Amino acid sequence: MLDRPHHTTADIIARCEALFSDLSFTAAREWKAAEPGRIVVGFLPYYAPRELVHAAGGLPLGIFGGGDQLEVIHGDAYYQSYICRIPRSTIELGVSGRLDFVDGMMFPSICDVIRNLSGMWKLMFPSKGARYIDLPHNFDDDLGGEFYVSELRETCEWLSSLTGKPITSDAIRASIAVFNDNRRLVRALYQLRADEPWNVPSSELYLLLRAGMVIPVEEHNQMLTNYLAAVRLQQRPIKDNSRVVICGMFCEQPPLNLIKSIELSGCYIVDDDFILVTRWENSDVALDGDPLRNLARADLHDSKSTPPKYEPDEAKKGLYLVDSVRKNRAEGVIFAMTSFCDPGLLERPMLQAVLKSHGIPQIAFKYAENSGQMQPIREQAGTFADSIKLWSGA
Amino acid sequence: MTVIVGPKTKPPEAIKDASMARQKQMVNAHYDRLASAKERGEKVAATFVPGNLNELLMCFDMVNNLPEVNAIQNGLRRQSGGYVMEAEKLGHSEDVCTYVKSDIGMMAKGNIGPNGKPLPDPDVLLLSYTGCFTFMKWFELLRRQYKCETIMFQTPYLADGRITTDMISYMVKQLRQDVIPKLERISGVKFDIDRLREYLRKSAKAEDDHVWVLQSAKHKPSPIDAYFGGIYYIGPIFGAFRGTDDAIEYYKFLRAEVEQRIAQGKGPVTPDGNMGQERYRLVVEGPPNYTNFRQFWKMFYDEGAVVVASSYTKVGGTYDYGFRHDPDRPLESLAEYCLNVYTNRNLPMRVDMLENYINEYQADGLLINSIKSCNSFSAGQLLMMREVEKRTGKPAAFIETDLVDPRYFSAANVKNRLESYFQMIEQKRAGFRGAA
Ligand code: SF4
Ligand code: SF4
Repeated sequence: MLDRPHHTTADIIARCEALFSDLSFTAAREWKAAEPGRIVVGFLPYYAPRELVHAAGGLPLGIFGGGDQLEVIHGDAYYQSYICRIPRSTIELGVSGRLDFVDGMMFPSICDVIRNLSGMWKLMFPSKGARYIDLPHNFDDDLGGEFYVSELRETCEWLSSLTGKPITSDAIRASIAVFNDNRRLVRALYQLRADEPWNVPSSELYLLLRAGMVIPVEEHNQMLTNYLAAVRLQQRPIKDNSRVVICGMFCEQPPLNLIKSIELSGCYIVDDDFILVTRWENSDVALDGDPLRNLARADLHDSKSTPPKYEPDEAKKGLYLVDSVRKNRAEGVIFAMTSFCDPGLLERPMLQAVLKSHGIPQIAFKYAENSGQMQPIREQAGTFADSIKLWSGA
Repeated sequence: MTVIVGPKTKPPEAIKDASMARQKQMVNAHYDRLASAKERGEKVAATFVPGNLNELLMCFDMVNNLPEVNAIQNGLRRQSGGYVMEAEKLGHSEDVCTYVKSDIGMMAKGNIGPNGKPLPDPDVLLLSYTGCFTFMKWFELLRRQYKCETIMFQTPYLADGRITTDMISYMVKQLRQDVIPKLERISGVKFDIDRLREYLRKSAKAEDDHVWVLQSAKHKPSPIDAYFGGIYYIGPIFGAFRGTDDAIEYYKFLRAEVEQRIAQGKGPVTPDGNMGQERYRLVVEGPPNYTNFRQFWKMFYDEGAVVVASSYTKVGGTYDYGFRHDPDRPLESLAEYCLNVYTNRNLPMRVDMLENYINEYQADGLLINSIKSCNSFSAGQLLMMREVEKRTGKPAAFIETDLVDPRYFSAANVKNRLESYFQMIEQKRAGFRGAA
């Protein structure tokens, strides 16, 4: 018998793909049905305190829009044409009954659209809980920190009202520990992709992260462990691709084909802002002491910079991208922003100016979750990859 | 009432009532004060209309510059289209808020204010972050240009429709520990809480008369137009005058003017003179269009449509719901003011408000003017429309324009929609009569 690892990357990715295309969330439904009293709490992309849902004995379920597979029939009647796609496909998921098993929804304060969506949810689905998670833009522990702790405390109370049970500090600590494992594994995955992007295609990395949004974290940890083990046993051919960082996918999700197209055009994506919730914190969240304070501290002092967040220090504005380019030995940045996305599009000129001052090449285009035509993007990214090669060879 | 009639040139000067003329003087004086602030050694603070802390800035002898108001003024003067395009040339997306682009384009073209004089660089950007995400990015963009300090003052969102003690405490602490010390340092003026109390007392006085004027629209016929005319009525209180004697005087004067109109059984003043017979009473949600303001308004008064209540006149504070600045709780009261601004209220609160307006002001229906570039207002408006229609049984309609980008104002489309809407109201009335 061949001495094969228990799981191949192909097996694992096939499972991820099945989870990704299942817009009925069967895995989460089955998880919930397996034991009485279990709750499932949805959250919109970007960030959500998943640890608290986990500590309440629940499954935090990432609701990342409908992608290009969902036909939006009802959702379009709720939004004007000049509003991005993700809120309408999220409404579609709700109206079409696909989220009927969800006990509550968390809406992070990412932008005005999601903010208003939280109120729409209250009006449209009054029996389902809706919790807006207001994130601080003041990063002083005594100010934004205290406020954030009170937000988290209220979120715990809200979750308790769904389960009928209080959430203990010990339970939160234990959940933080499991998510620390998850963060560590995701960081390892990112490191491996930056080191060997030919072995960890970004389309696979993306699917792995998406899978983590719809299955229990423990299962996801195992999945990541298996993938990391399997990927080390394989060598895929190395291509003469350009190394790029992608910026702009922090909320509305790109069609999978878009990521594949960028790769096919001759780019290795070595950093990105996909599914930020998986690595919102740059390192482990402390386990000793008050767990809510630890979560708040991690958010204030150790979390990702991203367009929807305020940067108090002008001198630091946009440097996170420059750092990422340096750390990951990237040769350029691709701004792929969602059409009609205020945070992304208002931020872009500032980031472009910073990159320019550091001599980092860049291109920009817009997409929507249902963008179908990849040819122009492939051409643009291809030309960019070629120009980087020419430029760096000169 | 004094009617100031302009010279007989084309296009004809709009007819203004005395309060409008008075306000124009106030605004001009303010722009002149801004333009010459640096000569007089005055410091300038740029800040936003919703959540503007004018009384606090006055405690530091600072002059208040409001970029949205500049954009509006430029829109009314038909300057904004060029500015928006200038910003797009500089790399700004066609998708984002046109106020920002008008402001940035104006800056690129020498920052000439609406009075034709250059606006001074701000000494501080007071980022009062209420209810609109764009504010945050806007001031990050300006900060690069002006290289001045930016103070973030965050207002939590009223997601659950209530103000909590944690929210107030976060805001008061920000004021005490961050905003006030920074303003002291930048201005060189020591903070005096009694001075703030005095300004707040004056604010409350003006706010009383302001609310009285807005609520006068409950009369039939309504003596005011609470949207197109309302834009003028909110100017001093939402702008740089709250806390001043000027504002108190203005609202007293305005109130007297409106009292007189009621006594004479008159409807609102329009740019073409007194409005004819009141045929439709509307509630309007969303900001107006400024580049074609007069043309837009005319589409209403030509048909005898008067706006009796609007949400836009609540963007800088929901005073008609009882809030007043309170000298006895100065910092808490500033916090409550910010928390209550219209777009900081969640969607269910906004729907309740519109429903109440339809009932209280005996309106015939709801009209939504959806602004292409303003997600803060626009996302969710279609649901709001349906909800209000369902709850009140009154017809609603939806039009789409933009604030200060003339490319998105299609007069023919808007007119068509309005005409069908008025027909719808007629049919509904006929239906009722038929059923009776
Ligand atoms: S894509 Fe952008 S505008 Fe749309 S909901 Fe997300 S952050 Fe907001
Ligand atoms: S998005 Fe809307 S609320 Fe925000 S600044 Fe622009 S016009 Fe004002």
